[in-house]
Amino acid sequence: MTVWLWLLAACGLAFLTKLSGYLVPQRLLGSPAVVRVSGCITVGLLASLVTMNAVADGQALALDSRLLALGAAVVALLLRAPFLLVVVVGATAAALGRLAGLP
Amino acid sequence: MVNVRELVRTSPATRAGLSIAVATGAYGVSFGALGTASGLGVPEVCLLSLLLFSGGSQFAFIGVLAGGGSPASAAGAATLLGLRNGVYGMQVNTLLRPRGWRRLAAAQVTIDESTAIALGQDDRAEQGRGFWTAGVGVFVLWNLMTLLGALAGDALGDPRRWGLDGAAVAAFLGLLWPRLRGREPWAIATVCAVVTVLGIPLVPPGIPILVAAAVAALVGWWGRERAPEEVAAR
Repeated sequence: MTVWLWLLAACGLAFLTKLSGYLVPQRLLGSPAVVRVSGCITVGLLASLVTMNAVADGQALALDSRLLALGAAVVALLLRAPFLLVVVVGATAAALGRLAGLP
Repeated sequence: MVNVRELVRTSPATRAGLSIAVATGAYGVSFGALGTASGLGVPEVCLLSLLLFSGGSQFAFIGVLAGGGSPASAAGAATLLGLRNGVYGMQVNTLLRPRGWRRLAAAQVTIDESTAIALGQDDRAEQGRGFWTAGVGVFVLWNLMTLLGALAGDALGDPRRWGLDGAAVAAFLGLLWPRLRGREPWAIATVCAVVTVLGIPLVPPGIPILVAAAVAALVGWWGRERAPEEVAAR
């Protein structure tokens, strides 16, 4: 029963967190400083998400086949591959790494 | 009824949204399977995907439970990991300014993927198409695949074997790449990547992302007097 209560609490908090972003007063959102700062935040968050998805294993760092995916994706992007192909290349690289016995 | 085929042909944002919906939705299988393995029932696992709907937060919730943590700490971890969605909401609101029920719907589908697709577009109409295609697309597929994964459990095998975790890395890099024009975005991305690596072992899962966001925000604030065109949000 407590699991259900906390689960619903987590769901409610998640929605309120998302909604809070939409309730920031409009006049604050158009200023050049806010636009610039949110642009920087976007780059920072995406870089952090790439890193976290590539090397994090819970609270530990793990070097595994995901790094192959990262490298393959870089090559695909340098060759100007479209987004979906980049994703497929990443998956293939990681799958091949695992097939070869890498973690 | 919008001509879907025509839209897919002419709108890069719609194509990107569908691509990431398929790539991310497929990951729902792993969440469903891992969710039931953590001790939750199929209804609870599906409810997380339906209502909480933020991949990182959902994995954090079941991860804490599977590691023996209390439901309260599971909810805490999920909430912390979801704080970035508030930032995303503000960014999407800057672009789309939804009203009424659309605002509630937009909030629910405000996640990494939908926000990133929207921010990656130059054109206002494309930003909207990208956000809604990615948001609703991921929502539908993520929930379907969660149910599938929860029902099938570990019978489907390890999704890592199919490289789906590598697909996630490639997808996030693919979203970051077009924004790395000029020296400042590269510097921010590098610093944030280093901050993340340093933070992973030191603070709970999800917090390194928030620290990186704070660092990026500080860089943006300090440099606000110069070169505003380099990293302007679009």
